[in-house]
Amino acid sequence: MAPDGLIGHLNYWAIALLFLLGLYGMTVLNNLVKKLMSMNIMQVSIIMFYLNLAQKAGGTFPVLLPGELHPEAAAYVNPLPHALMLTAIVVSLATTGVALALLMRIYRRYGTLEENDILRRMAGR
Amino acid sequence: MTSHLPALIVLTPLVAALVVPVLAILARVLVRPVAVLSLAASLAASLASLQRVLAEGPWSYHFGGWAPPWGIEYVIDPLSGGMAVLVSFFALLAAFYAPAYLGVLAQLREGALGSLFLLLVAGLLGVVVTGDVFNLFVFLEISSLAVYALVAAGGNRATVAAFRYMLIGTVGASFYLLGIGYLYAATGTLNMADLAARLPAALETRVAAVGLALIAAGLGVKVALFPLHGWLPDAYSTAPAPVVAFAAAVQTKVAAYAFFRIFYFVVGPGGPVEPLLRLVGLAAAAGIVAGSLLALAQRDFWRMLAYSSVAQLGYVVLGLSLGTRLGLYGALLHILNHALMKGCLFMVAGAVRWRTGRQDIAALTGMARKMPLSMGALFVAAVSMIGLPPTGGFFSKWYLVLGSLEAGAWGYVVVIIVSSLLSAAYFFRVIEQVYLRRAPAPESEAGRKPEEEAGREPEAKAGREQEAGREQEAGREQEPEAATAARRRPWELPWPMLVPILLLGAGVVVAGLSSGFIIREVIQFAVPVEPF
Repeated sequence: MAPDGLIGHLNYWAIALLFLLGLYGMTVLNNLVKKLMSMNIMQVSIIMFYLNLAQKAGGTFPVLLPGELHPEAAAYVNPLPHALMLTAIVVSLATTGVALALLMRIYRRYGTLEENDILRRMAGR
Repeated sequence: MTSHLPALIVLTPLVAALVVPVLAILARVLVRPVAVLSLAASLAASLASLQRVLAEGPWSYHFGGWAPPWGIEYVIDPLSGGMAVLVSFFALLAAFYAPAYLGVLAQLREGALGSLFLLLVAGLLGVVVTGDVFNLFVFLEISSLAVYALVAAGGNRATVAAFRYMLIGTVGASFYLLGIGYLYAATGTLNMADLAARLPAALETRVAAVGLALIAAGLGVKVALFPLHGWLPDAYSTAPAPVVAFAAAVQTKVAAYAFFRIFYFVVGPGGPVEPLLRLVGLAAAAGIVAGSLLALAQRDFWRMLAYSSVAQLGYVVLGLSLGTRLGLYGALLHILNHALMKGCLFMVAGAVRWRTGRQDIAALTGMARKMPLSMGALFVAAVSMIGLPPTGGFFSKWYLVLGSLEAGAWGYVVVIIVSSLLSAAYFFRVIEQVYLRRAPAPESEAGRKPEEEAGREPEAKAGREQEAGREQEAGREQEPEAATAARRRPWELPWPMLVPILLLGAGVVVAGLSSGFIIREVIQFAVPVEPF
């Protein structure tokens, strides 16, 4: 078994870092496209989180081969999180699509994607 | 057929959402009937399910015949059945209101807008009837994506508001998804009933505590719980009126429903739940006060209503966080009452914007003469927002006060009373404009009608009122046709707009008078047997 603490959970620390990076980018960056990209980073970190939950040391891919009659569940990687994340990826793809469409409209109207400039133009041109 | 009713509640609008864009190309005439019929079918299925559930107890529907912990399960109980009826009823009203309000825009983009609206409804109904926490996330995102696009239909400002709403809403959804990931890690299941059985064993662990905190924060964004409400005022003050009326009435309530479902039916008392709920209650109380104060500061009628929504959603969440039976009654009753009154108010605000192209409070001056029926509805809804009997708002606040006393939370009683006074202050300001002030310029009395349209332009250029001017730009895109059409009609509004307004106005009083009946027949069974 992997040791506990910082080293044993290194993958989860990396995921938490990725999540916070995305959140930080969304709040701090001024460019709307960069905000959107930060949002995607955050979503990817959650997908990685679920996939890490599924993983186990020595587990194999969850496909039942023809010869196996009595499969041992413990020998396989948990396939459920992968299935869930396929759905989550579709959701995040759709979100990104809607966001890009909105950004195109914003750009066409205001000629910029910098949030400050848009707000200034909204207030008084 | 009847055995598949729970699935039909969601599937009819979902299928219609796919059919409508095709119909918009092939046979445009059929778009509206199909949309309205699918919503009516959904309402009928919801009503039938609710009736059966009230008679026979909870009803579990297994999708594709897969048994619950593995397959997707739909659960209709008095709570979800009641919410489904509420959602589909408002969807039907909004579907009547929208084409008349949108005018030209509706004819041009009827397929797209209709399809998005049906997706929104299907998503909300899915959240309500599902028995699976991950399924709930997917439906929540379906409805949210549809609403981002619909908000953006309100013009340029609305597009920016929609983009921000999308960023914040996605953060909320991601928190929720992460939270159920933690619960999944702790229990190995995502089915609500299965989670409820397995979670007590894991409730004391840190994993469950973090997961529940993330879920509360994520749903808090969707409910617009106080510090997380930032998306609401911009989105609600720029989007088209039917969208806002529907979203303000039920969309945020559905998120509150999800909160209620998870914290009272899945998790149950113990461990981190009580401190978490206490924290949520404090945030709600802060939101009630802050929302009321901010509403008082607005000169834009729509923004005022939006901030008042933040306060009113605070009432709902406050009731849910109390954990006492009467508090929960109050919260559920307020979900119904606030849907009726805020839906009515936003529809009236939309009618005023439709006729005048303005959305500041000053635009309401003297409206009692021009639009007597809608202003009557506005008056009733405003009285209910303040919380005077015999309107619905009084009864839900009454139960919330009783619930707070039951929980020994005197502070909340003070908050509720103070906020009622504040809402009296800002709604009397509106009522004064409507009924007591004469229409401003005397010369416009004679030649008002032809000048109405011309009078709008200089107003916008002067930019006297920033908020008002701001909307003009979005408003003008949808409205010019509408104003000319209004002049030719004998009634103050076309009937598809007027009827929903009057229905909701009457509904506010009816819900108030029959609140005892509603509690006895539905809400009583919707609350868990042992709240804590």
